[in-house]
Amino acid sequence: MESLFQRSLDDLIKGLRLSPPGVEAAFIAKSVDEIRREIKSTDSQTKATALQKLTYLHSLHGVDMSWAAFPAVELSSSAVHSHKRLAFLSASLSFNPNTTDVILLLTHQLRKDFSSSNPHDVSLALCTLSSISTPDLSRDLTPDLFTLLNSSKNFVKKKAIAAILRVFEQYPEAVRVCFKRIVENLESSDMGVLSAAVGLFCELAVKEPRSYLPLAPEFYKILVDSRNNWVLIKVLKIFAKLAPLEPRLAKRIVEPICEHLRRTGAKSLEFECVNTIVTSLSEYEPAVKLAVMKIQEFLLDNDPNLKYLGLQALAIVAAKHSWAVLENKDVVIKSLDDVDVNIKLEALQLVMAMVSEDNVAEICKVLISYALKSDPEFCNEILGSILSTCSRNFYDVIVDFDWYVSLLGEMSRIPHCQKGEEIETQLIDIGMRVKDVRPELVHIARGLLIDPALLGNPFIRKVLSAAAWLSGEYVEFSRNPLELMESLLQPRTCLLPPPIRAVYIQSAFKVLTFCIYSFLSCGDDTSYHSELTDSVLKGDFQESSDTVTIAPISDTDIYDGLITRSSHQPPKCVSTGNGDDSMISHEQISSASLRKQQLTQKSIMDLVNLVETNLGPLAGSHEVEIQERASNVLGMIELIKPRIHSSTDESEGDKIKGEPESF
Amino acid sequence: MIHFVLLISQQGKVRLAKWYSPYSQKERSKVIRELGGTILSRGPKLCKFVEWRGYKVVYRRYAGLYFCMCINHEDNELETLDIIHHFVVILDRYFGNVCELDLIFNFHKAYYILDEILIAGELQESNKKTIERLIDAQDLLVETAKEEANLISKLIAQATN
Repeated sequence: MESLFQRSLDDLIKGLRLSPPGVEAAFIAKSVDEIRREIKSTDSQTKATALQKLTYLHSLHGVDMSWAAFPAVELSSSAVHSHKRLAFLSASLSFNPNTTDVILLLTHQLRKDFSSSNPHDVSLALCTLSSISTPDLSRDLTPDLFTLLNSSKNFVKKKAIAAILRVFEQYPEAVRVCFKRIVENLESSDMGVLSAAVGLFCELAVKEPRSYLPLAPEFYKILVDSRNNWVLIKVLKIFAKLAPLEPRLAKRIVEPICEHLRRTGAKSLEFECVNTIVTSLSEYEPAVKLAVMKIQEFLLDNDPNLKYLGLQALAIVAAKHSWAVLENKDVVIKSLDDVDVNIKLEALQLVMAMVSEDNVAEICKVLISYALKSDPEFCNEILGSILSTCSRNFYDVIVDFDWYVSLLGEMSRIPHCQKGEEIETQLIDIGMRVKDVRPELVHIARGLLIDPALLGNPFIRKVLSAAAWLSGEYVEFSRNPLELMESLLQPRTCLLPPPIRAVYIQSAFKVLTFCIYSFLSCGDDTSYHSELTDSVLKGDFQESSDTVTIAPISDTDIYDGLITRSSHQPPKCVSTGNGDDSMISHEQISSASLRKQQLTQKSIMDLVNLVETNLGPLAGSHEVEIQERASNVLGMIELIKPRIHSSTDESEGDKIKGEPESF
Repeated sequence: MIHFVLLISQQGKVRLAKWYSPYSQKERSKVIRELGGTILSRGPKLCKFVEWRGYKVVYRRYAGLYFCMCINHEDNELETLDIIHHFVVILDRYFGNVCELDLIFNFHKAYYILDEILIAGELQESNKKTIERLIDAQDLLVETAKEEANLISKLIAQATN
């Protein structure tokens, strides 16, 4: 009687579809209330329909139905097949082996169904067991399963084998009991049973390959005889796990696998063969060659699926057979441009695998050009992989560090670059490890520091911090410390966050001390040969007049000013009177002598004033680091000013004395 | 092994969800939301595999419905595409030119069919005819039971009159 007014599943679904969007939740809540009442009914049909509706709501709309676990168990004992089916369906969809308490109540029912005369009941029960097995359930039902493994009905046998995998996972003891029967099934003529048995061993072999090595002969027979692709794929997977353990086995299976690879038309089987060869049989050259040929076919195919899989397989081959990648270099590089982001990433990984000492510069050039064209995400992927590959094993693959640091500088200027931190680390790391590259590093750093536009770019700040540190630390390689000081102190540095500004100030300190020291040391002791004057004398002209021409526009005024000023005072710092001045022609002005020309008393005072003006306000800054460092510099200036002034008097004296001589 | 099977419509509505690994209710909704977003936003020309949380998800679009299966990293993607196709062909044969509405109103039958194809996340039957026969036999059982029930109630009605 009740079922007369009960809403059927159809009604429920139609009701849901017709209800306007906001009302849906309320409709569902109302239906759930209805179901709660209906499910308590004694009438089997009413209960079944209620359960069916609830299952629908649970699986497709996420409604919780854990409270209905007991009615489901009740219904599963119904004699009516469709009710039983519904009950088991709802059990397999909603029971959670960890939380549903009433699962144990199912044990008896399942056992009854296992021994039922109706094979469909049996198969239902098996299906359910495989979805919701718990250790207790598995342990209790193992004997029944054992009987079923010998069932006369093939489809029951097949399901029993499939279900037993789950039981094995929950209750490992069952393996010993049932093992022999399953092995017998490997020789079954029914494809379903065979397929289930092979599938079972496939899963087991993945976890513990060694225990299933003795079964290799059976699998070999299947490999050679079977024409069913599904079974073959599974057998190949098993062999992929077994072959590494037993070299004789590998030798025997190479030929049949290659045969299959040559003959089959099914792409999935082809792919599995290729996979097996490249992962487990990579010592057999002819097999690998065949596999690479097939991979090439995949790569050239229009289907993006095949292209992607081809690239993946190639990546696995690349580990031991780099010739395979080089053969397909063009396709791989073209794939960097592909529409599909997955394919692009695979291609990028492959390109990185090709990197060696000889081709690293060429590859990086190509990659940077792609990075400039790509969207920000892929661009950063490229940069990230370049950075990690080149820095691997302490920059193993890099021979020419000058090229590499200029590459790093170039990378930091790429608009989307977000790898500032890594670039910073590498620049400083290289600076500390590789002495010879320090001049180049300082040159790159100067380029970065001078550009005021970069200060506004948040991504590049870390790199600027590195640039500032490098300039300060290795200021002796700088061609124009005054210009350096200008860029370190430029007003736009206020855009930088305090920690980085602190680095800038500290570097400015280092540059200042260097300049003052250089000035004072040649002012005091005219016969003092610093390292730099040595290099000048020995004709070590690395820099030519180019140093003057490449100065940025803003500084030429200062340059001109300095040179005109210093021309009134003959450069005293150049070594006196041993005739080497003649070696220094006007055009060839080395960086050292230019510096010497710059470091006149006037220019030093200008420098000091510049520092004082810019750092003075910072001495009162709220940021501790900045305040401290600025105060240090200003303090030093206070101490050193008298010294500079006094050296003026000395040099004035010298000048008066020396004038008659120079003329 | 296959961890779960999802059928999602183009609007993101779930038409079928079968889980072969333990996922709590909250995890299930999260997975559906995440994957739905990822897969529905992929263009048609892209490859049908997505890496997700260390697993691979293989999907294919049939009319307005996306069939997705989540597999382990070592599994064969092309094989999974074949399994999806196998499922679709059987659904088609059973319902006769299956459309999304068929699946909406007969969700339990779709589940029964899926249970014949996949058990515990593994393919169990690759022969389409066998599956057809099995499902038909089960339907027959249901029909006979219904007829019997009708017959009995008719008899009772007659007897009481």
